[in-house]
Amino acid sequence: MSFLDQLNAWLADPNRWSWTDKAGVPYRTLEHLRFSLLALAIAAALTIPAALWLAHYRRGAFLASSAVNIGRAIPSFGLIILFWFLASRWELDTTFWPLLLALVALAMPPLFTNTYAGVVSLEQETIDAARGTGYREWQIMLRLELPLASPVILAGARVAFLQLIATVAIGAIVNDGGGLGRYIVDGFALGAQGYGAIFAGGLAAVILALLCDGAFALITRAATPRGLALQNARRG
Amino acid sequence: MPLAADSGPPIFQWKWVDRNADDIVQRLVEHISLTGAALGIGLVVSIGLAVVSLRYRWSYPVILGTTGALYVIPSLGAFAVLVPFFGLTFVSAMIPLATYTLLILVRNIVTGVDQVPNEVREAAVGMGYTRGRLLWQIELPLALPVVIAGLRVAAVTTIGLVTVTSMLGLGGLGYFIRAGIQTATPNPTMIIVGVVLSVALAVVVDLALWLSERVLAPWTRKVRAR
Repeated sequence: MSFLDQLNAWLADPNRWSWTDKAGVPYRTLEHLRFSLLALAIAAALTIPAALWLAHYRRGAFLASSAVNIGRAIPSFGLIILFWFLASRWELDTTFWPLLLALVALAMPPLFTNTYAGVVSLEQETIDAARGTGYREWQIMLRLELPLASPVILAGARVAFLQLIATVAIGAIVNDGGGLGRYIVDGFALGAQGYGAIFAGGLAAVILALLCDGAFALITRAATPRGLALQNARRG
Repeated sequence: MPLAADSGPPIFQWKWVDRNADDIVQRLVEHISLTGAALGIGLVVSIGLAVVSLRYRWSYPVILGTTGALYVIPSLGAFAVLVPFFGLTFVSAMIPLATYTLLILVRNIVTGVDQVPNEVREAAVGMGYTRGRLLWQIELPLALPVVIAGLRVAAVTTIGLVTVTSMLGLGGLGYFIRAGIQTATPNPTMIIVGVVLSVALAVVVDLALWLSERVLAPWTRKVRAR
């Protein structure tokens, strides 16, 4: 079968546009997003409070600057497989938890580094002024540092989320889920007969990533405090 | 946590490493060549794009936007889209790998050149430097610390991504990671060798580039990596 015939056959599958069938692109897209968002939420809940606190008291600067580099050096592919192996060895569930843990670990460094950098880069006068008007330290963290650093934190979340989207697809190697990566990995298993599925899955993953990036840009704009947005606009 | 001895063979077997030393070296060399090729191609294209960005300022946001969008593409997705056209080949691997370096490299080259003090530029022009010589002999060398900072990020990222190219059967250290779960019983030694060597390679290359910066640009020891 030629590549185009394969692609046509792939698209003609009656369940291809199903929200509930495992062959469906909508089903796999939702699965992809669900996994990525869950990992991002867990990573954010674990990292942002810690980074906020450490940055407020100016502790752990070295960790903040090296976290992102360490994160980059760790191959996501290897991490997924390693976690999968450990889970199977300890006779734990191998379909969900290993992939989720690997994803959370990968999403943490950019969130940590950006939260830390966002807080540290704020002007000290602002913080001192708040302290002078009677803000407690936790109030400074939650009402000043967190919102003022939010554009930088969201930039980190964007990097983390797109990395998650890319990694969920790779997770299809060890997992019966894997979102849109499912088509690619299954296609590779078929060799040259799988090129239609590989291409379609790849294209769907590319489009999903670009849409998510666009969505994140809009969220960042909407979530930036109005005062900051005005300031940035004036700066040009 | 159960002890390794309780559940089957030990997690890591040096015996396997001993027996497969030649194979390990070969995969390591493949990994380095793939990374080097991607960085080399990426750097050449980036210099071209940076020259365009510097000469025609309006094109800079366009180039950043485009390379930024390309950077966002999932690696497996990019390979998947290319494989039907180029097969399981070097080309299918190299296009995405080189493309991912563009955003970081173009941005750092342009930022680096922009940081060159105007007095330096004016002095060179006053001495009769043409635009091309100004770029190659004054601006790019002075931008070197920032360019190398970008190269470090690109190199470390690429080394991690090359593990994924083992999906295309191109070898590299990802071969061990993948093969480790394709044996009848998973071989953890292979997985660990693949992951650890990949991380170690990233650290070594990062250090080597950092050292090269200190040697090539001794005048500035305080430029912060971005």
